[in-house]
Amino acid sequence: MQAVLTIFRREFSSYFASPVAYVFLVIFLIMQGLFTFYLGSFYNREQADLVSFFTYQPWLYLFLMPSIAMRLWAEERRAGTFELLLTLPIPTRSVVAGKYLAALAFAALALTLTFPIWITVNWLGAPDNGVIVTGYIGSLLMAAAYLAIGAAMSAVTKNQVVAFILAVTVCFLFLVAGLPMVLDVVGGWAPEAFVLAIANLSFLTHFDALQKGVVTLGDVFYFLAVIIFWLWVNRIVIESKREAG
Amino acid sequence: MADVLLEARNLSKYFGDLKAVNDISLTVKKGEVLGFLGPNGAGKTTTMKMLTGFLVPTEGSAYICGEQVTSENERAKARIGYLPEGAPLYGEMSPKGFLHFIAETHGIKGAEASDIVESAANAVNLDHVMNQRIETLSKGFKRRVGLAAAILHAPDVLILDEPTDGLDPNQKHEVRRLIEAMSLERAIIISTHILEEVDALCHRAVIINKGAIVADGTPSELRARSIYKNAVTMLLPVENAEKAASALKGIKLVAGVEAAREGDLMRLTVLARGGGEIADTIGDIAAVSNWQVAQFTVDSGRLDDVFRQLTERDV
Repeated sequence: MQAVLTIFRREFSSYFASPVAYVFLVIFLIMQGLFTFYLGSFYNREQADLVSFFTYQPWLYLFLMPSIAMRLWAEERRAGTFELLLTLPIPTRSVVAGKYLAALAFAALALTLTFPIWITVNWLGAPDNGVIVTGYIGSLLMAAAYLAIGAAMSAVTKNQVVAFILAVTVCFLFLVAGLPMVLDVVGGWAPEAFVLAIANLSFLTHFDALQKGVVTLGDVFYFLAVIIFWLWVNRIVIESKREAG
Repeated sequence: MADVLLEARNLSKYFGDLKAVNDISLTVKKGEVLGFLGPNGAGKTTTMKMLTGFLVPTEGSAYICGEQVTSENERAKARIGYLPEGAPLYGEMSPKGFLHFIAETHGIKGAEASDIVESAANAVNLDHVMNQRIETLSKGFKRRVGLAAAILHAPDVLILDEPTDGLDPNQKHEVRRLIEAMSLERAIIISTHILEEVDALCHRAVIINKGAIVADGTPSELRARSIYKNAVTMLLPVENAEKAASALKGIKLVAGVEAAREGDLMRLTVLARGGGEIADTIGDIAAVSNWQVAQFTVDSGRLDDVFRQLTERDV
């Protein structure tokens, strides 16, 4: 646990060692605003809720979460510190966990900075704050799943750009699995159970309920399972990359 | 064998069909500095990566203070100080932050951490750059930061991969002095392809070629295997040189004569047959024949020659 914390602290503070972190936060907040007010028609809906805020988040995260995760391992491998890190008296699993949690904390910080929209909606009307809280929890869970994929993809390559593209691709598959256009194509030939299984793999399916204020154990478990699975992949990729240096 | 701190038993590493390291066994005792020599690509770095638990050996195993080294054996890893090739560091951190991070990974915190970071920094003279970003430091300082990180937890075994590579002569000298100072209480293994390093630093040298050990001994033992052992080098006027060379070649004890021109003088190197003593004989002849010898030195053998002889054999 101590080791996880040590890695976490170093990793988290390294985000702020360059202006990139601040640029990211600004871009995230601007994009989030654009999606909420223009695409989501926040005002025109005349509803005191954050549906327009959460609806487009899966698409926003598709690009922003991989950009948070891309440097986690690729940078270590490029700079050669990978070897230093793995010869320290720390278990590999703690390094994986510490790095991942640092990325998650950064994403959580970005999400927290959207609080003005919550204040706005409370000022304009009387929203159901319980729904908003579950929406935020769902949003963070989804971000965590994206980041787990991003972290694993970052370990695959020494090149951050390649890591980013790989992560976006894999995340995209997890995202579109729930869209009607995909399900219709699959539904043409596959049995219904299979179509359901694919739909259930999608982030969209599970995020949808959470952002509407419905917390089911199944949705939470789904995201936790995705996270654990990709952290496990992350660990395996790292072990195999020792050989490659 | 209580003072054997590092032991490699029949280490082999294959990358696919390529045998990068082939059956290497060695031991390093407390207080000993072992030079690990070999041409580039001979398997030095791969061997060191196995000794530190970064790479898993295909065959054989390594032991640090009796603990088997594996990628998950934290007890073995905690007793190693490792400077990887090129001394990789986190460029965005300051030496102070970096060393505190390393201390923390060894479970050292608070006031104790500050103490050991300070003493490690003092040992390598980092004091006035402690708060600068590492990426802005010169190569020499970066290397020192890496060394400080390797020694800070007072490890029993130090594994240094080309610690002086890319440094200027002054920095090299400083790093060597440091290593020397640290050698008393620990076992140190340094890899290098710089031969002067071995004379300056090592108690014992192991030469590897194509993944296998080809020589193991003290620097003087290795040097004695050179064709230059007991060779005599003298400087004499050009007009006398030809005469002298043909006279020397006639002597039974002489295996050959090498000549090189230096201005108005000629440098003759007389090789001894079987490394026998020839200095007295040649000195006498030179005096009697009045060759006007300006300089007269006896070689104890040349390491670079032995190195080439052992590692170029079947290229």
